[in-house]
Amino acid sequence: MSDIVPAASLIPADAPFPKAAKVALGMPQLRANLAHATGTIRAKRAKVAGELDDWERLRDTASAVKADVQRRLPELAVEFEQNATAAGATVHWARDAKEANEIAARIVREAGAEEVVKVKSMATQEIELNEHFEAEGLKAFETDLAELIVQLAEDKPSHILVPAIHYNRTQIRDIFEQRMGDAPVGLTDDPAALAEAARLHLRRRLLSSTVAVSGANFAVAETGSLVVVESEGNGRMCLTMPRTLVSIVGVEKLLPSFSDLEVFMQLLPRSSTGERMNPYTSVWTGVREGDGPQDVHVILLDNGRTGVLADEVGRQALSCIRCSACLNVCPVYERTGGHAYGHVYPGPIGAILAPQLEPGKHDDLPYASSLCGACYEVCPVKINIPEVLVHLRQQGPHQAAEKAAMGAAEAVMARPRLWRTALKAARLGSMPWRRKGFVRRMPWPVSKWTVSRDLPVPPKESFRDWWKERDR
Amino acid sequence: MSARDEILARMRRALEGASAAPPVPREYRRSLDAEVDVVAMLIDRLVDYKANVHRGLDAIPEALGGAVRVAVPADLPAEWRRGSAEFVEDRGLTVEELDGVDAVLTGCAAAVAVSGTIMLDAGAAQGRRALTLVPDHHVVVVRRDQIRGHLAEALPRLDPTAPQTWISGPSATSDIELQRVEGVHGPRRLDVVLVD
Amino acid sequence: MKRVALFITCVNDALFPEAPKAVVRILERLGYEVDFPAAQTCCGQMHANSGYKNDAARLARSFDEVFGGYDAIVTPSGSCAAMARDQYPHLTGSDIGQRVHELSEFLVDVAGVEDVGAHFPHSVTYHPTCHGTRALGLGDKPLRLLRAVGGIDLVDLPAADQCCGFGGTFALKNSEVSSAMLADKCRNAAATGAEYLAAADNSCLTHIGGGISRLSRIYGSAGVAKSGGPKPIHYAEILASTA
Repeated sequence: MSDIVPAASLIPADAPFPKAAKVALGMPQLRANLAHATGTIRAKRAKVAGELDDWERLRDTASAVKADVQRRLPELAVEFEQNATAAGATVHWARDAKEANEIAARIVREAGAEEVVKVKSMATQEIELNEHFEAEGLKAFETDLAELIVQLAEDKPSHILVPAIHYNRTQIRDIFEQRMGDAPVGLTDDPAALAEAARLHLRRRLLSSTVAVSGANFAVAETGSLVVVESEGNGRMCLTMPRTLVSIVGVEKLLPSFSDLEVFMQLLPRSSTGERMNPYTSVWTGVREGDGPQDVHVILLDNGRTGVLADEVGRQALSCIRCSACLNVCPVYERTGGHAYGHVYPGPIGAILAPQLEPGKHDDLPYASSLCGACYEVCPVKINIPEVLVHLRQQGPHQAAEKAAMGAAEAVMARPRLWRTALKAARLGSMPWRRKGFVRRMPWPVSKWTVSRDLPVPPKESFRDWWKERDR
Repeated sequence: MSARDEILARMRRALEGASAAPPVPREYRRSLDAEVDVVAMLIDRLVDYKANVHRGLDAIPEALGGAVRVAVPADLPAEWRRGSAEFVEDRGLTVEELDGVDAVLTGCAAAVAVSGTIMLDAGAAQGRRALTLVPDHHVVVVRRDQIRGHLAEALPRLDPTAPQTWISGPSATSDIELQRVEGVHGPRRLDVVLVD
Repeated sequence: MKRVALFITCVNDALFPEAPKAVVRILERLGYEVDFPAAQTCCGQMHANSGYKNDAARLARSFDEVFGGYDAIVTPSGSCAAMARDQYPHLTGSDIGQRVHELSEFLVDVAGVEDVGAHFPHSVTYHPTCHGTRALGLGDKPLRLLRAVGGIDLVDLPAADQCCGFGGTFALKNSEVSSAMLADKCRNAAATGAEYLAAADNSCLTHIGGGISRLSRIYGSAGVAKSGGPKPIHYAEILASTA
């Protein structure tokens, strides 16, 4: 049995992506785990998406619904507030992470509690609710299996849907044995045995906690309802058993009407876990007497979202339903994992969301992509991630040396005669390598190329020479 | 300015001058082809999720699988209470009491064949959410007329503002190497009894 | 006679004359008159995708000036065709991209041919380049053309749809990740045992070919008589080959 070394502690969080990625690439177990897990899920997603003959039409609708939501966000937010309030919920608004955390902590205290159970929620990861609670003397217990693994390992999530995707079953067994306290004796690495261990570990707490914190996958304006999509039943437990329920919901999660779920609940499970439907979906609207929490709160969260909304090209990132399909198909994510991105939202969606949510802080992320477009192809809400990546690159700051080089190249390319002269010069200049046929070593920045690839040498006769010769 | 007013003002500012969103196309499927046998499809999908499927009210004792104490909603039809088990009506059972029964028997609001989903909306014979959550074995009766082929056909059958639980197989997780294994915090056993 | 303009792309202009020569031979064989506007340079993709919008827009405008008079512009690059079609409307408002056709699009959709009368008695594996496949939606058009080639032995490339890791300046800015992607592509290419690896973009082929060439030398210096993998070739060169 090996010691638990949280993966996130090995990858420098504040390092620029290329540096952090280099560290991650040097971790063979991490790469093997990621390749195995993303390979599995890619095949499952492709199979169940392929089952629906109207998949592309569903994507078109989902994309248009989300664009409509963004356009009508203020009206829909108010409509949701009115309907949720009428149904007995208390709706709060939070400008940023700090405000959301303070509201949540206040509700927990007013409920007379010192600890809460949590449903997996990206919004609470984003605002670092657990850390804030800890500092306030409150304790938040993650109940989703993957979040539990990450919390026990004192690690950070590395994937939107499966935060512990970077661990394999044997590593998870080790984490449980060393950190769970009540792990069964002789625990094996059979996934069923590990799931059973998590059930036993959390059951008492799930049945007896008085306060739960959740996020929501969808917030329905027309009815004031919230929707949570999950698999294990920990979500149902948190949303049903405690007296007090606090749900932290990004304002972009709104849907106009209940019937929109007929679109999104086909797309989301098939895109995320590759299932026709996830095991459990909970829908609740305010308070229902005698059924579930009687003290229901919703915190509508901005935390940078309205800034994203202001960018006409970039705002499509707010359509994201956090399915993770883009992570699973991304050749960059598959090789580096999530920690290298240095943000709670990793992968292709993170590369366009993080720099917009926190302007100026993640300028390296739009470059963490070869623009291969696999993400756009699978995105259930058709976010054109490559388009936004290029757009953000065009907004962001540029290195002085690179800017000069690009300007010089453009100056030559914009002048056909100069361009032809430059091509000729390059052919002459490459004479010494002509016999070998390739270049093996070059000074920076081309050294970044020649580190792993040979460089071809310009030909003896160019196409232009051949064309001229032919014309004669 | 309150947080509410400020966020709403930010939204309006962000959208200043934005053109109206284009109309939403709705060309997707809302039903299955008429020739599809929705019952057969529902069974296929349920079995795929490792739920057990039975036919007819007479199969209820078999579906209960030797459970001695069975929790039921107070309005569960008398003719469903078959076999030798003791049926304990939920008239405010405590968590401990719910945790102490061997199974729970309920009806449902609707079922979706294409995804193998059973939907509860706290309506007749369904009880409150905790009732179908805490016991480790859920037996659910689905009437033929409650089965719809497609999700879009089933949603209108639900009370949108009632607490809903959509169930597709027993509790499961894909959190370990993205392979699905059954049985975590929700009922680890799901038996479905199809009746006419 | 039907007249088309040839856009050879800056990469081919500088490094790979064989691909545009092949396009000329194929088109002339099919009865087209090919024009090569000598003032052409670059579509501006490198600038656009690296974040230099103004530079890219200037290059897009000169593309418009050079090719504006043609009804059909054929190019042996899926990536450059996608640049004109997807990005020019945002950069300059030009819709000239609608008239820019990657070679296989032109042959299959416009000329309506799949068998171009080629003969190439070799084993070939095909890498569907990302921009051609996803941005341009070439689908299996290049493969349909290759399947019609006489004597060819087409071998499936494992994980074919995975990016080779080129991505323009991505290969420099994120050199390590790019190299890791390249290593997998080279391994898959070598596993086919094919003589040639064909693709619709010489930029990607430069990357894959550079990796295979480096591997061959590493084997060589280790005293192993083993090739790093198949020889890169633009699929236009295969289509231009005759018996």
